[in-house]
Amino acid sequence: MVLVYAESPNGHLKKSAFEAVTYGKKVAELLGLPCVAITLGSKVQDAGELGKYGASRVVQVADAQLDHLDSQVIAAALSTAAQQLGASIVLLSHSSSGKTIAGRLAVRLSAGLVSGVNSLPTGNASELRVKKMVFSGKAIVEYAITTPVKVLSLMGNAVRPEINGAAVSVETLSVPLTSGRVRVKAVKTVEGKVPLPEAEIVVSAGRGMKDPGNWGIVEELADTLGATTACSRPVADSHWRPHHEHVGQTGIAIRPNLYIAIGISGAIQHLAGVNSSKVIVVINKDPEAPFFKAADYGVVGDLFEIVPRLTAAIRKFKSTN
Amino acid sequence: MKILVCVSQTPDTTAKISFSPDGTTFNSAGVQFIMNPYDEWYALVRACELRETLGGTVVVLNVGPASNETTIRKALAIGADEAVRIDAEPQSAAFVAKQVAEYAKTGGFDLIFLGKETIDFNGSEVGAMVAEHLDLPYISYASKLGLNGNLATLERDIEGGVEVLELELPFVLSAAKGMAEQRIPNMRGIMMARTKPLTVVPPVPVEESVKTLQFTLPPAKVGVKLVDPENMDELVRLLHEEAKAI
Ligand SMILES: Cc1cc2nc3c(=O)[nH]c(=O)nc-3n(C[C@H](O)[C@H](O)[C@H](O)COP(=O)(O)OP(=O)(O)OC[C@H]3O[C@@H](n4cnc5c(N)ncnc54)[C@H](O)[C@@H]3O)c2cc1C
Ligand SMILES: Nc1ncnc2c1ncn2[C@@H]1O[C@H](COP(=O)(O)O)[C@@H](O)[C@H]1O
Repeated sequence: MVLVYAESPNGHLKKSAFEAVTYGKKVAELLGLPCVAITLGSKVQDAGELGKYGASRVVQVADAQLDHLDSQVIAAALSTAAQQLGASIVLLSHSSSGKTIAGRLAVRLSAGLVSGVNSLPTGNASELRVKKMVFSGKAIVEYAITTPVKVLSLMGNAVRPEINGAAVSVETLSVPLTSGRVRVKAVKTVEGKVPLPEAEIVVSAGRGMKDPGNWGIVEELADTLGATTACSRPVADSHWRPHHEHVGQTGIAIRPNLYIAIGISGAIQHLAGVNSSKVIVVINKDPEAPFFKAADYGVVGDLFEIVPRLTAAIRKFKSTN
Repeated sequence: MKILVCVSQTPDTTAKISFSPDGTTFNSAGVQFIMNPYDEWYALVRACELRETLGGTVVVLNVGPASNETTIRKALAIGADEAVRIDAEPQSAAFVAKQVAEYAKTGGFDLIFLGKETIDFNGSEVGAMVAEHLDLPYISYASKLGLNGNLATLERDIEGGVEVLELELPFVLSAAKGMAEQRIPNMRGIMMARTKPLTVVPPVPVEESVKTLQFTLPPAKVGVKLVDPENMDELVRLLHEEAKAI
């Protein structure tokens, strides 16, 4: 059985949970196994919806101790559930919490782990072959997992959630819990925006913007596209933009469907965090900017003219489509 | 305060990545190796800062061959007090984690620091595995750490924000940006590093659970398509019809 852990911070299933179930269902089909989804916590809403994405059963461990991420408690609960249910593959999202849990689960289940897989596996139940990006997007590696139980974590935006079934009723599962030691005091998130690692479209700007006061045109473009904003490192370092927007080798790595880079030269350390994006658009006045070599589409010219023009063109497109 | 800092060695970000013709091994000829930036800038520097204010010892640990000793000496030059090298190729996260955990069991550490991920294998796997082997709490992606006696207050990066946490020592932590500022080793540090102890320890055996089959390079971009800066309608059309990105 393929067991998919569907994350639900604050009780709401995340897009990455639907991606994981969609992927889990395909892995299950490859191996001729059922796909079962599991949620943890007392506040989870609409878990039955996971049936629509391919889970034939949805089980829930509804205990308030699982509402916060304490990897010791969560990994123990998940591994016990995986053993009770007879899972041969456990799939997580390669998210901040997935990364915190996956290694623990692998140790507990004596399982081989590959984290951040980005395409469907091949092979069979005794030797499952999976691929991921390594060297910050500069290479792809294929691994074979050979242990009886296998743990995988799925890169965000690697598959699109697909509806291929109907909602199912949620079963309650009870597992003995260990007591945790981590106390969550507060969660501070930026309201209303799709977090950068989950965003499908990212509009990012660099030092070419000249001054933090000029960011209005970037935000307007992002709002028009329903995109999340990002920036290069010197921009975050000089406090023009908040640190959580910094992408690249030392900031965060992202993999959106569309990355629009404005006034960013495309230094290798920047590319390391963004070059797995599906489509890259570069706007830069210097035709020799290295970013053009990594881009799918390029516009050579002054960003202060081009960005408002692009925003207007997208508005026009949105109003007719 | 006794802190263990796990540092790995990775190819420099600007290194050209290539593999043997059959795609099974990384081609290290001509590649410049560095200390993994998250380990160096964030984990190691924060550990040194804590030792400077609270006293104690910072031990750096690397699982790797003798050729990694340049990186290990750099960690000592930045401020670690002693170093340990587990004498083995770091074959996998599972292998490294087992070595780190076995060593940590001998040491009575209050804190175990790692970087948030290595920039070569981008796994983010070792920290959670070490914590599980040691049955300790694990705080990943920590961007702030304050200590008050035995009580630690942390911020941890999550999607779109931070979580503020509290727990008691000991625990395992992986460090992200924000934790500390990069330090450049000075001449005195470099001189002192030469005389600091570096112990070499044999590895414990680990049964491999994941086999590397093949490395490949991603398909090269076909080349950028330049769009007339006057004609953004054309860019929108391409993004919609050709790239299917909007
Ligand atoms: C170890 C290390 C780690 C690093 N990690 C990161 C990282 O994680 N992320 C990161 O981003 N960087 C990182 N860097 C820094 C990186 O090397 C570059 O210095 C940085 O990315 C440059 O930022 P930028 O492109 O915004 O600025 P610049 O390189 O100054 O580029 C500005 C660009 O704007 C263009 N421009 C200027 N005016 C206009 C205009 N009016 N219209 C259109 N275009 C214009 C210019 O042609 C230029 O290409 C790292 C560096 C090191 C050494
Ligand atoms: N060979 C190694 N020796 C010591 N520590 C390591 C080694 N490999 C990885 N680590 C530590 O584990 C962290 C996470 O690595 P990874 O799970 O490979 O992304 C790194 O940032 C290091 O702190």
